[in-house]
Amino acid sequence: MIHRYIPKGDGEKEKMLETIGLTCMDDLFADIPDELRLKEPLDIPPAMSEIELLRHARKLGEKNSSLSTMTSFLGAGVYDHFVPLIIDHIISRSEFYTAYTPYQPEISQGTLQAIFEYQTLICRLTGMDISNASMYDGASAAAEALLIALSDKRKSDNVLISEGVHPQTLRVIRTYLHYRNVDIRVVPLKEGKTDLNAAKELVDEKTAGMLVQNPNFFGTLDDVSSFSEFCSDNKMVSVLSVDPISLALLEAPGKLGIDLVVGDGQSLGNGHNFGGPHFGFLAVKKKYMRKIPGRLVGISRDTNGKRAYVLTLQAREQHIRRHRATSNICSNMSLNALTASIYLNTLGKSGFREVASQSLSKAHYLYNGLLKTGAFQEVDSSPFFKEFRLKYNGCVGHLLRELRKRNILGGVDLGEYGHEGEILVAVTEKRTKEEMDQYIACVKEASA
Amino acid sequence: MKYYSTLIFELSKKGKRAFSMPALDVAPVEADILGSPLRSDLPLPEVSENELMRHYVNMSQGNYHIDGGFYPLGSCTMKYNPKINEDISRMHQLTDIHPLQPEETIQGTLQLLYELQKDLCTVAGMDAMTLQPAAGAHGELAGLMMIKSYHEKNREYERVKIIIPDSAHGTNPATASMVGFELVEIKSDENGLVDLDDLKKHLDEKVAGLMLTNPSTLGLFETHVREIADLVHDAGGLLYYDGANMNAIMGKARPGDMGFDVMHFNIHKTFSTPHGGGGPGAGPVGVKKILEPFLPVPRIEKEGEKYLLNGDYPDSIGKLRSFYGNYGVLLRAYAYIRSMGPDGLRESSEHAVLNANYLMNLLKDEYDLPHDLTCMHEFVLAGLKNPGDATTLDVAKRLLDYGFHPPTVYFPLIVREALMIEPTESESLQTLESFATAMKSIAKEAIESPELLKTAPSTTPTGRIDEVFAARSVILTYDDLLAFEEKQRE
Repeated sequence: MIHRYIPKGDGEKEKMLETIGLTCMDDLFADIPDELRLKEPLDIPPAMSEIELLRHARKLGEKNSSLSTMTSFLGAGVYDHFVPLIIDHIISRSEFYTAYTPYQPEISQGTLQAIFEYQTLICRLTGMDISNASMYDGASAAAEALLIALSDKRKSDNVLISEGVHPQTLRVIRTYLHYRNVDIRVVPLKEGKTDLNAAKELVDEKTAGMLVQNPNFFGTLDDVSSFSEFCSDNKMVSVLSVDPISLALLEAPGKLGIDLVVGDGQSLGNGHNFGGPHFGFLAVKKKYMRKIPGRLVGISRDTNGKRAYVLTLQAREQHIRRHRATSNICSNMSLNALTASIYLNTLGKSGFREVASQSLSKAHYLYNGLLKTGAFQEVDSSPFFKEFRLKYNGCVGHLLRELRKRNILGGVDLGEYGHEGEILVAVTEKRTKEEMDQYIACVKEASA
Repeated sequence: MKYYSTLIFELSKKGKRAFSMPALDVAPVEADILGSPLRSDLPLPEVSENELMRHYVNMSQGNYHIDGGFYPLGSCTMKYNPKINEDISRMHQLTDIHPLQPEETIQGTLQLLYELQKDLCTVAGMDAMTLQPAAGAHGELAGLMMIKSYHEKNREYERVKIIIPDSAHGTNPATASMVGFELVEIKSDENGLVDLDDLKKHLDEKVAGLMLTNPSTLGLFETHVREIADLVHDAGGLLYYDGANMNAIMGKARPGDMGFDVMHFNIHKTFSTPHGGGGPGAGPVGVKKILEPFLPVPRIEKEGEKYLLNGDYPDSIGKLRSFYGNYGVLLRAYAYIRSMGPDGLRESSEHAVLNANYLMNLLKDEYDLPHDLTCMHEFVLAGLKNPGDATTLDVAKRLLDYGFHPPTVYFPLIVREALMIEPTESESLQTLESFATAMKSIAKEAIESPELLKTAPSTTPTGRIDEVFAARSVILTYDDLLAFEEKQRE
């Protein structure tokens, strides 16, 4: 019986083989030397029907405890912001999700226009001039941004990275830069902000650039203006990694003198998905136009003078430039970037601000509530946005287990990141006062 | 399909909204508390929900897509995207999972990924697999990093050369550069296969490895692959398999058996996951035992009945991206493999190859076929036999008028006027024949009425687009467009 994904009727296979002068399927593979040809079927489980596969998938799902049954205060790069329902209706359209990369612009205007709108939205949020069509994720976007900085041959010896950068991002950067013999110098935090006095001791004339995350991994806000001044004083590229939701309230980094802005776009309407696919954004000032990796969409006109969208400045890319390309990146996270555009357009001017300010208010409610229990101590005195860390008086692992018994994912145990006894808690607009009060009550019980 | 170019920013009217939110149920906190410079303006559009939906539906109708028609893009493998994959990738219990949840709350997810690793190893003939790379090119990056780390571990720091055939995808040389390798390009012989004599010339103590696509980008199987592998191994190098064309040989042959040490899969090609207009994809990387210590971390493992994430590998190249990979894409690939089973996977490769050979046979009278051999899943034509003034680009644009997505054009670089055609197993005999009829009719038009090719397309949402204008005017945002229009008015 032929598989339902292979559209061949009775006798068609034989007819086709005969037309090309062959007698059986194996004849098609005659170029594969006999000793390399598989003689046995692949040792994988037999085919399942739709009914069986759905049942099987549900059974696997039952072995998880998902956020459908738990209240999440987990963050550290992936946040439980609400995803407007319209998004899935749009990205489920075959026209968007089953299309290829828009290399034939005359029949890909939908994807191209979506990317063009995405580029505009990212530029408006970040205050940058140019955004590419998206990267794999925030961490790899940060690594690629540093590669832009390092492309200046006179300054390719080292980069500075704030201790406030997400440890995972730092690890990804280490991987990307290890093979280029670039020295990575970590600048410590002081009272929740990157210590620029310490950075002065680390910078030299061969430093290509510096990366700071704002809000940082621990949730606190850095001094972006001083950071960008420090970079321009030392003639190096400033790279700022941001939480896009925070940009609903905070000044656009471009207006504060930042050269390159990166970040992870999960917050913008992309579900958790166990960490992927999300997307990374990378936006730059105009002078880096020839150095930005990845796809760019521009406006052009067709033979009749009509407005048309098209991939442009492709001479930077690997399929044209090969080993001299700015990066090897070939795909973008088109559908996730589309998701982000729909998200931003759905919330719009007032809704996006509302998401950010509710997250801010609720995070402060929980922060104050937790401190009041007496079970926590403050770690950072500096301001935070929607995520904060606290020092717990008892065992963090025990507390998190107690919370989980009440279906609450209480946060990230920072002991795993070298900060024993500390917990990182994220609060989005989705959390209710009731949920936070439950959290607080549970802490009181667990610490009593 | 339809023409629609109105931007969301042009639809925006002050005061409209497409969202609803509950009232704030705690005391409001003002943004001043952030102690940072605040934004005075948030320039996002203001539209209603129904306008938003219509905007995107109209926009989408400017797209050709695989659910709507044939997409014979060589090397891109535009096969059908099964619908159960989409449904499974939206099951809340499998997807509403935070990546930092405790292991005991994600056993189903870890089991699924563990099984996927195992199945991919089986299909590839490899010993271990990472699911972390986000795309094929990202997998290449992982693979070449592992090769470099392997030589560094053996203190063979002088191994700096990566050998790549001239028919390779552009990502291969770009990746070699990113990892700090020197690139050596070798020639193809008259059959488009690796020129063994040229290869031998470059095999010395500086060789780190060879990257090979097999079947090659010409759609031909490297019959001497074992010999190539032995030559490279004898010189102390490792072999990288670019899995772009793995969809041709599932259940028929395995890279691991051919002598490759490391390889990537393009999940969105071989395992039917949607291309999404350019992504997301996924690029799992398989390795032989000797490279296992270098795999990215964390690795997904099983201990007794428990699945876990293990980051404890001191020789690992580290992390290539946040968390564990494009899980949403991997879920779809898992569903595909379970739907197909061993026979289904083999049959999909067989029918992909059958379709390609059948279509090649239909086209070889009118189009120049430089390598008239049994092809694998794709074949490359060198333009029209009697082109007149018509180029491959003209043929491609004219195909749009016939309602087909054109093949890949001008790649591989070693074939002039290349048209690279990959029908995949998803197409029926009837579709192949109507595509061939269109191609033949274009060949006739090239002689009889060449202006039809030169002015094509004429039935698509836009006519041929001026790419030079785009590159010169550099309008990359709506704000650039406003500035450009302002300048024009002056």
